[in-house]
Amino acid sequence: MADTPHKEHPKYINIFYWLAALTIIEILVAMPEYSIIIKGLLLIGLACAKAVLVANYFMHLKFERRTLALIVLTPFIICVFLVLMLMPDLTLKTRHDALVAPKAEVINTSR
Amino acid sequence: MEHANTLDDTREVYEPSLTPDSLGKLGMWIFLVGDTMSFGALLAAYAAIRAGAGAIGWLPPSEILGINLTAGMTFLLICSSLTMVKALEAIQNGNVSRMCTFLALTIAGGVIFMGLQAYEWTELIKHGLTLTSIPEHGLSGAAISGSTLFGPTFYTITGFHGLHVTGGVIYLIVILIHGLRGRYTAEFNHEVEIVGLYWHFVDLIWIMVFTFIYLL
Repeated sequence: MADTPHKEHPKYINIFYWLAALTIIEILVAMPEYSIIIKGLLLIGLACAKAVLVANYFMHLKFERRTLALIVLTPFIICVFLVLMLMPDLTLKTRHDALVAPKAEVINTSR
Repeated sequence: MEHANTLDDTREVYEPSLTPDSLGKLGMWIFLVGDTMSFGALLAAYAAIRAGAGAIGWLPPSEILGINLTAGMTFLLICSSLTMVKALEAIQNGNVSRMCTFLALTIAGGVIFMGLQAYEWTELIKHGLTLTSIPEHGLSGAAISGSTLFGPTFYTITGFHGLHVTGGVIYLIVILIHGLRGRYTAEFNHEVEIVGLYWHFVDLIWIMVFTFIYLL
């Protein structure tokens, strides 16, 4: 199959059904109110599954050289690092306090 | 003299390792890798701003953004991805008219998507979501408050994606015109595959945008 990628087409309609089903699952997962962390992990997992389906079959990445897949994977890994590196800057407690504290002073002076 | 002959001989047997097909495809992939970083940076900035605002400072997106419409838009893009691969499949089997039909359907999907996004933006702006303000009342009718950065992040990210859809529609129209003029055959069709790569990437990015901006 890998030798003749263009002659044998995967069953695209099945991929389409999977994508549609995963979209419906995503919406069902997103609707109820519960822990944002669990919800986030579930939704990101589902989105990644859909992205892999599109890239592998619609974009034929599965049937290309392995090297191309590695090149394509690189920015996604860098993006994860990007988020992780930005997080502490805005979520650290000290930073949060620094932002909140001046506000309280303003209220005091106006009273 | 003999030396020069050897050089000429070498030049004759030399074949570039990148054929026109693979060169174009590799070029598109490299562009898409770079574009992934653009979207990645925007989404990372969104994550950082949202985390910085905290749970109380940031509205749940479902309070402002209608999920039903965008779920329909997601479905529409998935459909247009399907018609795109069907167009490629058709031309690789040598069926030009079938390819043109499926390309036209793909373009229609893109145009309807753009229309729906324009409609969504118009409604949101009417509702009070602008670059500097958020609506006073959520979709549930309750009074809401939160960071006014909700608007700029939303419009920047969905707008950047919308621009990609617009570009993709123009790109697809160009390929369709080439197709109608009989440029593509069962042997010569890598340009259709390359436009497909771009179009599926736009779909892939929407999957991410839909998850992070609307659902999460």
